[in-house]
Amino acid sequence: MNLLPFGVALWLFVVGLYGIVTSRNLLHQIISLSVVQASTYVLLLAVGYRTGGAAPVFADIPTSRATVDPIVQALTLTDVVVGATVSALLLAVAVQIHKRTGTLDPENLRRRPES
Amino acid sequence: MTIRVRRVVFLIGVGLLAVMLARSVGALPHFGAYRGPYGDVVSRASVSERHITDVVTAVNFDFRGFDTLGEEFIFFAAVLGVALILRPQTDEGVGHVIDCATGRAVPPTSDAVRVLGLGLTPPTVLFGIYVVVHGHLTPGGGFQGGVILATGVLLIYLAGEFDDLHGLYSDSALERAEAVGAAGFIGLGLLGVIAGSVFLDNVLPLGRTGSVFSAGMVPLINLSVGLEIAAGLVLLLTTFLRQTIVLRRIESPARRP
Repeated sequence: MNLLPFGVALWLFVVGLYGIVTSRNLLHQIISLSVVQASTYVLLLAVGYRTGGAAPVFADIPTSRATVDPIVQALTLTDVVVGATVSALLLAVAVQIHKRTGTLDPENLRRRPES
Repeated sequence: MTIRVRRVVFLIGVGLLAVMLARSVGALPHFGAYRGPYGDVVSRASVSERHITDVVTAVNFDFRGFDTLGEEFIFFAAVLGVALILRPQTDEGVGHVIDCATGRAVPPTSDAVRVLGLGLTPPTVLFGIYVVVHGHLTPGGGFQGGVILATGVLLIYLAGEFDDLHGLYSDSALERAEAVGAAGFIGLGLLGVIAGSVFLDNVLPLGRTGSVFSAGMVPLINLSVGLEIAAGLVLLLTTFLRQTIVLRRIESPARRP
């Protein structure tokens, strides 16, 4: 039984959370969130994997050939798009925060009475 | 809460979480022993009933098309949100357009980067169009191809200056292209309703499997999504680049009430 892909997903999830919780820089936090999201890609693709399965593209293989699950791959595509949009929005907020307060450190943000 | 306290609380919580996740992973089917029937059912159905050879595209743009419509509008809303958050503020104006990082002037683009960037732009754009158009045959589709198209445009910025890039298009043209892409998806979905079926039903002729002009509405939806993603991403890039390159604060940073 090969647990490595699930272990990788779990590790990415946990290590990304650690980055979010302890980071002192908003950009680093956003990248940590991307790492958490990457764990979901790994998990989805691992769940749908079939040993010896081909890619679910029947342009050059017969339809009788066993393939990996196309549904989780489609879900991963949705996941990637959502991840990219979340990152874009958060980065925009980070740009504005830096312009307004001159800092990207969440600790300093909290101590500012005017912000 | 200090960093130290927060770290201890986090470690306790994440330890519990890791134990639970590890237990649930143990209950999953073994890696490589995928046994769900749905993937196989969809694989057979997409080729025989929809003439689509890339099953991932079949799932996204046909069987699950309505969800992809929502996904596209997530992207649409995010681009709107970024444009709104990063709109020029009242105390900002258009400064001298110059690449600079923290007051340090950036050296001019080297000839090698210039030649490579401009040389790579046409093949990248062509490849993007190829990926969009062949989404129903081989891996690809509107989302992937749209990102590649936007990369081609970004290469122009890398090879030159922001003004070169921004001289190519206006923001309103991009916004229109994005809106047309988003509306195109809905319009294609309404074709199903007009034909007397349901929203997003694949009502166009399916054609010969393996041909570019096959799979009914899927290539058209891919084109529409590709247009929206490419325009939206270029709009995002332009918005972010304008923040660092064009916009400058006019007055001294005022304390806002």
